[in-house]
Amino acid sequence: MKLLTHNFVSSRFLKDVKGGYPLKLSAQKIETKDVEFNEEFIKNIIPKCDFSALRSACESINEAANLPQTLPENWIENEELLKELHRLLFCIDIIEGELQCPDTARIFPIKQGIPNLLVEDEQK
Amino acid sequence: MSLPTPQYRLSAIRAHDVYEPSEDTFLLIDAIEKDIKEIRKRDPKIVLEIGCGSGVVSTFVNQALGGNVTSLATDLNPHALDITLETAKLNDIKIDVVRTDLDSGLENLRGKVDLLLFNPPYVPTEEEPKSNIELTYAGGKTGRSTLDRLLPRIPDILSPSGVFYLVALHSNDIPMLLKQHSDKMQSSISMERRCGIEHLYILKFVKKLNE
Repeated sequence: MKLLTHNFVSSRFLKDVKGGYPLKLSAQKIETKDVEFNEEFIKNIIPKCDFSALRSACESINEAANLPQTLPENWIENEELLKELHRLLFCIDIIEGELQCPDTARIFPIKQGIPNLLVEDEQK
Repeated sequence: MSLPTPQYRLSAIRAHDVYEPSEDTFLLIDAIEKDIKEIRKRDPKIVLEIGCGSGVVSTFVNQALGGNVTSLATDLNPHALDITLETAKLNDIKIDVVRTDLDSGLENLRGKVDLLLFNPPYVPTEEEPKSNIELTYAGGKTGRSTLDRLLPRIPDILSPSGVFYLVALHSNDIPMLLKQHSDKMQSSISMERRCGIEHLYILKFVKKLNE
């Protein structure tokens, strides 16, 4: 699971959960793959992302060192930052770990790179 | 112009109770290939396939767009997700998968999906599906029991320039499906083909620009 995917998943489908976002990430096994940097692409993806959710995910796996607290206004001109965002969103792959609902503490496992959001019917 | 069909391992698909790429799969691929210039022009960033099965369609789309997209796929069946990752790897592309029901848990993706693909279980059936394989096709009395749960959300899932391709059967009531969200989306029959007793359709829905 890429951090880009983490940015889009929530536990809002759970019964009585209104927020459910961002899911708390913990990782036991991470792989990093080189993905070719495409400046135009990352510029188009960033506006679709929630920066603070990305930042919290990066903090939880100790990858936030080069990430500012908030997305600076001139991010689109900052090539170094764009490259770092590219690395964080596309190159890091969470292989084994967990996602946790911030409201109910329910755990969703990540196994072999696949997050499992399925819950039994009664818990929906 | 002919784009290559992705490679896949049929033995793995069969061994794990995953829906085998069939006429419906290839018709969806053909419809996307037919529109590929138009799709490229739209410059999609995020592709979501719901119920990815073998992963062949998502892989095809990712390749056809030259990898300049991010591909996400969901399925209920864990084996389908394993096979999807394997199919992606075989073809040297990347798909991120999530095990969930339809788009459940992907609420934060609403309004951001540029290309949405869904080949639902569309076969009219009397009994509740039990096995993984039955789940891949059993669609209840109208064949639309799964589709009807997703349909209301389609305009919300799509980005302002989003496109949705849907596989349907004649008996699913094509005219009714085409009328869905007619205030928000333009619909058309992209392709149709008779395959034995099945009369298959690929329906295409394009988000209307806000006036």
